[in-house]
Amino acid sequence: MTMSQVSLAGAGALDVRADFPILAREIDGHRLVYLDSSSTSQKPAAVLDSLEDFYRNHNANIHRGVYLLAQEADALFEGARERIAAFVNWPAATTIFTRNVTEAINLVAYSWARTNLTPSDAVLITQMEHHSNIVPWQLAAQATGAQLRYLDVGEDGTLSLEQLDRELARGDVKLLALTHVSNVLGTINPVAEFVRRAHDAGAIVLIDGAQAVPQLPVDLEAIGADFYAWTGHKALGPTGVGVLHGRRELLEAMPPFLSGGDMIATVEAQHSTWNELPWKFEAGTSMIAQVIGLGAAIDYLGALGMANVRSHEQSLTAYALERLAATAGVRVFGPRSAGDRGGVISFALEGIHPHDVGELLGRRNVCVRASHHCAQPLMAVLGVAATARASFGPYNVAADVDALIDAIGEAQEIFAN
Amino acid sequence: MDDLYRDFILEHYKRPRNFGELQSHDHEAHEVNPLCGDELGVQIAVGDDGRIADLRFQGHGCAISQAAASMASEQLIGMPVQEAGVLNADWMLDLLGIDVSATRRKCALLSLKVVRHALTGDASWPTSGGQ
Repeated sequence: MTMSQVSLAGAGALDVRADFPILAREIDGHRLVYLDSSSTSQKPAAVLDSLEDFYRNHNANIHRGVYLLAQEADALFEGARERIAAFVNWPAATTIFTRNVTEAINLVAYSWARTNLTPSDAVLITQMEHHSNIVPWQLAAQATGAQLRYLDVGEDGTLSLEQLDRELARGDVKLLALTHVSNVLGTINPVAEFVRRAHDAGAIVLIDGAQAVPQLPVDLEAIGADFYAWTGHKALGPTGVGVLHGRRELLEAMPPFLSGGDMIATVEAQHSTWNELPWKFEAGTSMIAQVIGLGAAIDYLGALGMANVRSHEQSLTAYALERLAATAGVRVFGPRSAGDRGGVISFALEGIHPHDVGELLGRRNVCVRASHHCAQPLMAVLGVAATARASFGPYNVAADVDALIDAIGEAQEIFAN
Repeated sequence: MDDLYRDFILEHYKRPRNFGELQSHDHEAHEVNPLCGDELGVQIAVGDDGRIADLRFQGHGCAISQAAASMASEQLIGMPVQEAGVLNADWMLDLLGIDVSATRRKCALLSLKVVRHALTGDASWPTSGGQ
C-alpha cells in the first residue's frame, strides 16, 4: 500500500499529490488542476492497487463458494464492510451496499416510504437537496398521497431551525430527508440537531452524506439518524458502490427492495423468505471489487485522519474565498465563512455564462463543474440557471487555487474584448 | 485569438439579434438544455408567401448557444418555412464557423432544435450524434 506523506508545511496542510497517479498527467503543458471532487474524487494508488490485486489474485464470487479463492473474496468483501461501517461508527450488519446514493435513497423511498406513508403524512425535505434526495420523495408522495414540503434556504445559504420547528409542530411530518453538506453551497447542516428535533416530533430522518463522508469526520452514532446514505466514488473509492446505513428495527420491518439471488433464505414455488441483514437488501452478485476498493479508500482516508482532511480543505476553502472576494466581477454563493462550509465553492462571473467559464478554465486544465449540479430547485432560489463550481479533495494544494484565480482572470479578459 | 470565442461570437452574445417577443406569431416552441438548464424559446410569424416574416428568440444561455441563435435568426428571416423546417446540424455549424466540441454541440444546436420544433411540431430532433 502506498503511504501518504503528511507535510507539516502549514497548519493542517497536506501534500499527498504523489499518492494520486492521475495528477502527474499534463495536457498541453498544463498540469492537472482538479477542482471537481464534489462530482467525483480522484483515486489514490492504494485503491487502484486493491482493485487490480483483487482481480489478479482473489477473484471469485462471494457467499456460497467453499474453495479457497471464494473464501478469500468473501473475507475481503465482508472485511471491507466491517471497516467501512467502523469508519463512520455504525454496525456492519446494518450497513448495506447499493450502486450509489441514488439507489440507497430509492431503497428507503420504495421499501420504507411506500409501506409507511399515508395521505395524512408529510415528507419534509429542503431546497438545497440534490435531485437524488428530491425526486424519490416526489414519486413516493405521489404513490402514497403524502404531502411533500420544503425547508427554505436563507440568504446566507443555511436552513432555519425555527422553520424546522414550525413544520414539525404541524404534527404530520413522518420523514425528514436532508443533506449533511450541500453539493452547491457547501453548507454544513447541523444534522445531529435536526435529528434530535425530528425525533422529538416522532419523525424518521434520512441524511444524504454524499458530500460529508469524503471531507468531514462523520460519527453516525452521534448524529443518530435512522438512515444515512453516501457513495464510494466521491470518497476516493471506485464508482459503482454506494452505502446505506439503517436502523435495525426499521430495516427488519421493511420489505425487500430488489429481489432475486443472495437476498433470500429459502425459495419455494410460490413463496420465499428473506436473508438476514444486511444481505436481505443486496440482491444479485454484489459489486465485489468496488467494495474492496472502497475499503482501501477509507483505509487511506483513515491514515490521513479525517480531522486533518477537514482542516486542510477548510484552509484551502478559506484561501479560495479570500482570493475570489478580491477578484472583481465574481459572485460567490453560500456561507461566507469556511468554518460553516465544506470544500466546495459555487460562483458566477459577471457577464460570462458558467458553461463558458468551465470551457475557458478547462483550457488551462483547471477542471471545474459548470451546471445546475442536479439541484434545480436550489438554482431557482439563487435566481440562476447554473453556476460554476470549484471543489476540493485532500490532494489539492494552494497552488490549485492560484491556478483557478489566474484562469478566471484570463476568461474575464477574453470576454472583456 | 481564441478559436472558439472569436470576436463575432462574443459580439453576437453581447448584442443578440432578434431577441424579444413578437406582437403576433404563427408558431412557437420552447426547449431546455438538460446539461445546464438553459432555456430557449422562439416565436415565428409566417408571411402570405410562405416565408418567415419575422422571428424572435427568448431565453438565456452560454455564448455559443446565444450567438448561434442570433446568427441563425438573421438567416431564417425571409427563408421559406419548408426550407427552414429541415435545416440540419451542418447548416448551423457551418454558419457558426467554429469548431465545437461534442459537449458544446447541444449548445450550438439548441436554437435550431427549437426552430424545427416550432415549425414542424416535432420536438424529437436530436442535437447530439451525427446528423
